[in-house]
Formats: sequence, C-alpha cells, structure tokens
Amino acid sequence: MAIDIDIAYVARLARIELSDEELEHYGAQLEGILEHAALVQQLPTQGVEPTSHPLPMVNSFRPDEVTPPLDRETALSQAPQADGGHFRVPPTLEEE
Amino acid sequence: MSSPVDLTLAGAAAALRDGQLSARELLEATLDRAVLTEAELHAYLTIDHQGARAAAAAADEAIARGDHTGPLHGIPVAVKDNMVTAGLETTAGSQILAGYVPPYDATAVAALRSAGAVIVGKSNLDEFAMGSSTENSGYGPSANPWDTGRVPGGSSGGSAAAVAAGSAQVALGSDTGGSIRQPASLCGLVGMKPTYGLVSRYGLIAFASSLDQIGPIARTVEDAVTTLEVIAGHDPLDATSYRGAYPDYRSSLGRGVDGVRIGVVSELAGEGIHPDVLSAFRSAVDALADTGAIISEVSLPSMEYALSAYYLIAPAECSANLARFDGVRYGLRVDGATVEEMTARTRAEGFGPEVARRVLLGTYALSAGYYEAFYGQAQKVRTLVIQDFTRAYAHVDVLVSPTSPMTAFEFGSRTADPLSMYLVDVCTIPSNLAGGPGISVPIDLDTSNLPIGFQVMAPPLGEETLFRVAAEVERVTAWNDRRPPLVEARS
Repeated sequence: MAIDIDIAYVARLARIELSDEELEHYGAQLEGILEHAALVQQLPTQGVEPTSHPLPMVNSFRPDEVTPPLDRETALSQAPQADGGHFRVPPTLEEE
Repeated sequence: MSSPVDLTLAGAAAALRDGQLSARELLEATLDRAVLTEAELHAYLTIDHQGARAAAAAADEAIARGDHTGPLHGIPVAVKDNMVTAGLETTAGSQILAGYVPPYDATAVAALRSAGAVIVGKSNLDEFAMGSSTENSGYGPSANPWDTGRVPGGSSGGSAAAVAAGSAQVALGSDTGGSIRQPASLCGLVGMKPTYGLVSRYGLIAFASSLDQIGPIARTVEDAVTTLEVIAGHDPLDATSYRGAYPDYRSSLGRGVDGVRIGVVSELAGEGIHPDVLSAFRSAVDALADTGAIISEVSLPSMEYALSAYYLIAPAECSANLARFDGVRYGLRVDGATVEEMTARTRAEGFGPEVARRVLLGTYALSAGYYEAFYGQAQKVRTLVIQDFTRAYAHVDVLVSPTSPMTAFEFGSRTADPLSMYLVDVCTIPSNLAGGPGISVPIDLDTSNLPIGFQVMAPPLGEETLFRVAAEVERVTAWNDRRPPLVEARS
C-alpha cells in the first residue's frame, strides 16, 4: 500500500515546529515505517474486537477519601514561568 | 572477588544481615566502582552521593537497632530515570526535562525506600524509553561492560550497564516492548517484565500506558524475585493496578521443571535469529528436556504482525502521553508569540529525533481518516495476538524463545534506519501486547564473547511458573554469575 502523508499537517497537529528539510526527512521516514506497519491491514479482522488494554478490567474504584494535594508553591516550583500563584503563558487569543 | 559489589544481592543481603558488611561499606564500594567505570559506561545520568550516603547510614542505624526490613535493606539500587524521585532530578533521558526536580516519589521508588534500599542514582535510557540501545538518550549513550564499543541495549540500558558493572546490585527498569529484557540479555543479566498491573505505574513517566510495566534487572533469578516482591502490590494511585492476591514467588525457585510443558515459539526461533543465539537457545531447551520438561514446538501465526501492530499502538499512545510536555508546567520553554507557537518551538527543541518521529507517527495513526486503517486495525491485531497466546497456553505452561535476535551490536550500526532498530524487539513485543510476564536469563556467550539471553513467557499472573522455569534455565546452563571483562579488568 502506498502511503501518502501530509507531514506539515501532522506536525501542526503534533505541535512540533519543523523546518522544510526536517518535514521532508520525517515524511520520508514515516512513509517507510508505515509501509511496514500496514502489514496489519493484511490480516482478516472481520468480527474481531479491538483491544485497548491487555487485561480485562472494568471500573476500578477506590474509597472517596480526601488527601492533601500538592501545595501551590510546590506545584509551581518547576514551571518555566509563574506569576501570582499561576502558570504564566503567552497570549492564547489573538488581539483584534 | 575483591569487592562486595560483586556479590549477588542475596550474598550481600546475607552479609549485611550477619553484620559482616555495613550498608556504608557496600555503598562506598559501589561508588568506587562507579568512579572506575562511569567514564567508559555512562550508566548513570545522576549519582546521588548525598542521598545515598544518608540512606546507607540510616540502614546501618536500623540494623544496629535490630530493625532489619528485609532482603533489600542496605542494598544499592539504580533507578531508571523515567521514574520520578522526590528531590532528585528526573529527566527521562530528554532535554525537555533537563533540571526537572519531581515533588514526589513513584510508588515503586517509595517501595524501595520503605524496604531500606539505597538509591544510588538515576540510570540512563533512550529518551522517554523509546529505543533499544540508549543511543536515543538526550544525554549521550551508555556502553556495554562486555565490550565498550557496543550498546548495552535499551531502553533500560543504563540500568543493565550499572548492574553488570557493579555500580548497583540491582536496578529498576521499565519495559514497553522489551526495554527490560533486551538490555538484560545484551549485558548478561536477568531482566523481568511482570504481568501488566502487578507493579504500579504511578510516577513512571508514561510512554505507552497500555504496555508500560516496571520490573527488576538483576544478576540472578533469585535476586529478580527478591526485588519484584518489594515493588509488586496493589496501588490505589494506579487505576490499572492489580487487585488480587500477590503470591510468594520465592517458593517457585529450586523446584525443577519435571513435567512442566514448555512450548518453543516457532516464529521466534528460526529465521532472523543469529546462528550463535539460536544454537545456544536450542542447547538450553535440550538441557531443560533432559531434566524432565516436556518440550513442543508451538506456532503463533500472528507473531509476524505483532511488531507492526506495536509500532502503531505504542506511538499512538506516546503521542497522547507526551502532549503534557507543552512548556507550561515543567521543563523547557522556548518563547513564542502565542501559546501554540511557544509549545511547537519548545517541543521541536526539547524532543530528540526518535521521540519526534514517534509522536508524528502516532499523531498520524490517530488522525481523522487514518484512525481505522492504522490504529483501529492494530488494536484488532492485538486481539489476535492475545488469542494466539491463549490457544497456546491451553497446551503448554510457558513459551520460550531467544530474548533478542542478536547479541550486543556496535554503536551507530542501526541508527540510520529506524526500522532496523525496531526489528531488534521482535521477540519481546508480543508479551507487552498480551500483558503476560516475560523474563530473560543469560545462558551463554557468542563467538565474540557477548552474552546471549533466553526468554521465558507465561500467561498473565503466571509468575510462579515463569520463575520456576527461569531458575531451572539458570541452573542447567551453568551461567554462574559470569562477569564482564570490564569488571575483571577494573576490580
């Protein structure tokens, strides 16, 4: 199966900024890997249920007990930028 | 042997318990060994001199009080750097986490501390555990103590190199597609991936959550059992943690294999396996037959597709898990005018090529229009792999194969083509997909004096039979804790 990837679109979805050369490099590699991975399409799987988890487990409950969370100072201690008790980030919305 | 670091864990534990050796002496010998070997091996990313010395002193004081907490008490342990350690830098081998100091311990790490173990430091790995050689580490590779021109395997290659060299008595690794068993095989050690859910993943920096499992790397099967018994157990902080009984695995040792039904996986014991590896593997199988095991050849037709399914499922899960590295809460940030630009630049700068490749691959496999054909289909193949195993285990108690198709390879020999590196994991990936335990036991050396590993696989929760067979493999092949030339030369 021939694989055709819009690598620039995939990189945008993955939030990785890549140069044109890098896009070409990764695009070619992904096509090679996916040609091999496409082997999975050769097996007849009609009526086969997908497995998302190796062991049969449903609804894992634990007692609803209140435990102390990380305090704010500790939670912010590793942040690249923090301000007034919050994580600080660049603008999320463009200005009009 | 001139240094206590060359004792097995069992030997060192006995010496500590009887007062012939102190935890401080053992730790200093371990740190001395690291001084001799680290320039060549680079097994560790961080050695925690201060923390380890405090832990060893505390262990000695506890013993003096008569408060001995079990077989890991005072034992120097290496922890793979993708498990978080409170107050001790944890990078997962990635530049994106350079300088990150976690505020809490992973559950497995906390279990080690409660058992009195001395955490020497954080061992090197392929970035985010993605790789089979440590060549993808963001901080440079580790080397194999058997031949420092070769890789120690991966991704838990630093853990394996440390245990083989004596700069740790045992280590924790994590195994998503073979990352405990393959480096153990390449370094002449025992490496064990427990049943999925047996060891809590809380505090393990996630790669592929439905496949990841923490386990021990040790010099003997008994030492692996000792370590597993400390770290296994239900943890309410991990929703996939197993809730049933945790048996006494030690009682499986020394029972022999008389009447045990062992299946050789045809698809993993023929084409594509190096002749030296295959011949050592066949001799070990014959030796098991001689001591009473019932041997048969078993065909698992879906094995051919398991690798392909894995290289869709693991990247898909990794692309979701690694979304958390966004330059906001921890780690690297590269500035940008908007959040999206900042995040995309941070990830471009912080992720190495293999991690970027897998995130892109997983993003593609999960994207609209391709989801069914790739990720959805891979999940169905995973079901077929599980069905193959279930059918096989109706007739045999365990399955066996070589652990790795080849022994330790030279640096750079597989880095140009990502697929050639992926093929290294062909024998180990199936157990991750199916969830059962797997163990690698060293059996022999190849013609270049490099270790060869033997893999035993069992159905989920089949640890008792797994250890029973592994201990017999160890006994009949008379590996006898052989040590690498680097240790012979340096000690």
